[in-house]
Amino acid sequence: MNPDKTILEAKNLRVRRGGGSVLDISYLGVPEGKVLCLIGPNGAGKSSLLLALSCLLKSSQGEIIFREKRVGSNYTVFDYRRNLAMVFQEPLLFDTTVFENVAAGLKIRSAPQVEVKRVVEEYLERFGIGHLAGRSARKLSGGEAQRTSLARAFAIRPEIIFLDEPFSSLDPPTRESLMGDLESILRETRTTSIMATHDQMEALRLSDQIAVMNEGKIIQIGPPVEVMNHPVDEFVASFVGTETILTGEVIRRNAGTFSVSVAGRVIEAVGYASPGEYVILCIRPENVTVSTGSSKDITSARNVFSCLVKRIIPSGAFYKVELDCGFPLVTYVTNHAREDLFMHEGMDLTASFKATAIHVIRKKLLPGPG
Amino acid sequence: MDIIVEGIKQAFILLFTLDPEVIGITWLSLKVSGTATLISLFFGVSAGTMVALTQFPGRRIVVSLINTGMGLPPVVVGLFVTIFLWRNGPLGFMEILYTPTAIIIAQAVIATPIVMGISLAAIQNLPANLRLQILALGATRLQMVWILVKEARLPLLAAIMAGFGGVISEVGASIMVGGNIKGYTRVLTTATVMETSKGNFDIAMALGIILLLLAFFINAILTHVQQRERPR
Repeated sequence: MNPDKTILEAKNLRVRRGGGSVLDISYLGVPEGKVLCLIGPNGAGKSSLLLALSCLLKSSQGEIIFREKRVGSNYTVFDYRRNLAMVFQEPLLFDTTVFENVAAGLKIRSAPQVEVKRVVEEYLERFGIGHLAGRSARKLSGGEAQRTSLARAFAIRPEIIFLDEPFSSLDPPTRESLMGDLESILRETRTTSIMATHDQMEALRLSDQIAVMNEGKIIQIGPPVEVMNHPVDEFVASFVGTETILTGEVIRRNAGTFSVSVAGRVIEAVGYASPGEYVILCIRPENVTVSTGSSKDITSARNVFSCLVKRIIPSGAFYKVELDCGFPLVTYVTNHAREDLFMHEGMDLTASFKATAIHVIRKKLLPGPG
Repeated sequence: MDIIVEGIKQAFILLFTLDPEVIGITWLSLKVSGTATLISLFFGVSAGTMVALTQFPGRRIVVSLINTGMGLPPVVVGLFVTIFLWRNGPLGFMEILYTPTAIIIAQAVIATPIVMGISLAAIQNLPANLRLQILALGATRLQMVWILVKEARLPLLAAIMAGFGGVISEVGASIMVGGNIKGYTRVLTTATVMETSKGNFDIAMALGIILLLLAFFINAILTHVQQRERPR
């Protein structure tokens, strides 16, 4: 296995349905042995892309190249599919035992009985469902059923595995435990994987690369840290959890920094932009800190603003705090910090964030309107 | 009231003494309707599955026709099969009118749309992505169809029951194309009609009871298989 090698490529892949375009991918290359996560809202085209890449959905245009062989010419769709496996959101198990389900792909390939038994037992154990081998697939819990579905897919030892939101119908603890197991199996087997999800945390945890999709197109693709911290546009920024997205006009250029006027307040950002230019400032909530009183002297951050707490929203392990600094700003605080600050809605606070913590999108460089 | 009591008595005497004529009629009924059901299974399941799995212009009309066919009146089938098999008819050269084969053909025509309609619904009711899942496991199209049919086996058993139930109890077509010839094309239903018209209620009742028992046992066996298979 060569990790730098592209195992699968899609070129000018287009799918049309009912007169409209549901998928429009000019190029996608999937590196061997890596995990690519497709993220995006419902209807973004993630599932369609998975189906089109696996040739389960007929594309109206374009080509798919697997290991430098063009699928559909001398290399048939059937031959290509025998290298793949797919796991859907629903487990789609057959009405038979767990063992027979996991054996299905091998039996379809007429594998020798001894091998079927050996491989099935191996994957039943790997997914922690060995004790369920003889049980009817209809009597499994949601988590057990999805484990069986994953074991069935891995048992054929595919070169590429497609996962279409495999955890989305599971409750959080089941999801967590299954995700952990899948993560270790993926790392261990180095199976090239393409997973669709609308959960960015899932994508961050499992992926080597993230592709953000919207309206059938890939808007941005890159390593998770890159996509999270340097979104190419407002859509990607909001989808990857950037809570504060502000538009402002550059009023001054300094050495390596510039000042932006946003709703009458001035924000300092790092980078290059010319006065008069409009820019989008993306500030992730974890980069904003809050304190009581005037604290110019206790922070090295360039941007310090007095603000009003508008709303405090419990969000699991932390609180999401919406601030009004003349412009809207969002931060996350822990329960401990909230109690320390005696934080309540309507109180005055000081919010600060570093100039380097702001991701700047230069509006005039963006393609299309906006 | 006496007629009924006498009829039931006579019926049991005929049954338990294994009257050769009654046994002959029963066996022929089973053979004819069983064969017709098997033929209808072959055509019904394959055509029903094909319609369920393919998209083509006019598909809705075809599905409506199949559903209408599920209620095909046996006398109409009898009429058309008679015309086709009539000496001067398109298939007259085969000389099979008034033979058990003719009844099998007519009954298969009646049962096929029933089996087809239920198969179509059974395959359509499977999860939409199941087909894709099977193909993604590396199956050929034929393997995919076979797995789908296996997945729909419980409703398909219902199709067998409905098909067999429809033809074993049918009388119009059997009389028209079989002619109710004693010892040759006389089946339980046609014999019951004839004995009733002759006023031989005891024999008619005996035949009726046998018909009911037959339908009951065949369905009981299939139901047993179906319920044993059903996930609990």
